[in-house]
Amino acid sequence: MVSNEEVRTKVLEIIADIALDDDVTTIKDDVALRDQLDLDSMDFLDIVMELKKRHKIEVPQEDYTRLASMKSCVEYLAPKFNA
Amino acid sequence: MKADNQRIVITGIGLTSPMGNNLSEFRDGLLNNGSGITHTEIRHMGVVAAGLCKFDETKYQTKKMRKRGTRAGAISIYCANEALADSGINFDSVDKNRVGVYLGITEHGNVETENEIHDLYNVHNKDVAFWSHHHNPRTVANNPAGEVTLNLEITGPHYTIGAACAAGNLGIIQGVQQLLLDEVDVAFAGGISESTETFGIFAAFKAQGALGHHENPAMATRPLDINRNGIVVSEGGAVYVLERLSDAKSRNAKIYGEIIGYHSNSDASDFVLPNTERQIECMKMAVKKAGITPDEVDIVNMHATGTPQGDIQECEAVKAVFGECKNTYINATKGFIGHAMGAAGALELAGNIPSFTDGYIHPCKKIENLDPQCAMANLVNGEKVAHDVKIILNNSFGMLGINSILLIQKY
Repeated sequence: MVSNEEVRTKVLEIIADIALDDDVTTIKDDVALRDQLDLDSMDFLDIVMELKKRHKIEVPQEDYTRLASMKSCVEYLAPKFNA
Repeated sequence: MKADNQRIVITGIGLTSPMGNNLSEFRDGLLNNGSGITHTEIRHMGVVAAGLCKFDETKYQTKKMRKRGTRAGAISIYCANEALADSGINFDSVDKNRVGVYLGITEHGNVETENEIHDLYNVHNKDVAFWSHHHNPRTVANNPAGEVTLNLEITGPHYTIGAACAAGNLGIIQGVQQLLLDEVDVAFAGGISESTETFGIFAAFKAQGALGHHENPAMATRPLDINRNGIVVSEGGAVYVLERLSDAKSRNAKIYGEIIGYHSNSDASDFVLPNTERQIECMKMAVKKAGITPDEVDIVNMHATGTPQGDIQECEAVKAVFGECKNTYINATKGFIGHAMGAAGALELAGNIPSFTDGYIHPCKKIENLDPQCAMANLVNGEKVAHDVKIILNNSFGMLGINSILLIQKY
């Protein structure tokens, strides 16, 4: 069982490797990632790719909006980490 | 006499080379027997001699943008920003629609493609679902120039000029032409290369029997030496800020020199072997277009890559045009830094431009055993020569028989 906190940590590790110039330790979970970090559409594609490479988790295009905030990331990805 | 708005001058120089990350460092190495060639390990090749640059990739861009872009883009951004700072232009007051970026490249995309193919076969079991979405923007041919426009928020034209190892000169020529056509007011023009990051170029030169190697990397390429042992692949870049003389004067700009002539032609004879006759024609046409005579040229900087045919054929051409010119000195750069491919012409020109102010002609890296077929009266070998330099001619040639010549005059 992967806890929500562990899922958050794994997502944060990915974001830290993408938003290289940002401080990711202060991310607010219920605020859109784009509103607090310098992220664009290419960066979100990077997040999708890293989920696939590191954790073998597929995020179909229609679900990309589920990655909008840390909170929605955890809600969406926790079942996939535990599938 | 041409009007000032029909004369193009150099007002800024930014460079990174295997022997320094600005003009003064590079010049110091050329005047004082430096070397930028080291041994390095290349995928599939093992240890090879190469010319690597050590500039700060994130001096002018964020870490994220560096990761997103390419080595060629990073070199271009560094050089363009250095050139801009050197020019003294107040960029905030410049209409960015009237700024162009024209960069010569030997090739582009090999690095990223090799990396993706490597991972596809060795990491991802040939599953193309892992192929990077960054592949296309990284490998499009305009990438290096495009990254400069993104970085400096330039909204005028940008593109690269694919011209093999003649590309550095061709980038500058393109900038000159676009200024003369009044398409732009400021041109960032020059040449760049990331070729040391691709094993394919090393492997191909090795297969051709042209890859230089020596247990002492500083001796891995020895142009004009009877014991020359081939080409050393290098990376680097040189970007110039070019302006019309009228604009440069109006802002009291420092002027490095005026581009008084150029020419480019094609051998139409071989994929890789040079053609002396076409080189002669190219030099003669450049001199004619500049409105000067050969004996007015103070420095001929040779392309001289360190291959027998390349060196000998070019020496024949230089002797045919300048053999009777008592005042014309000959030098070459690649013994110091290797062959910087698409950056070669632009970098080698930069290395000679300080001659206008410091009064010296930099030598060739010491040629211990001069090839008799490369003997020329005024070859500057190993020791700098004091001379009042007013005109430099820069040779740059490339595969598929492309020749390019630039003529720069002291202002």
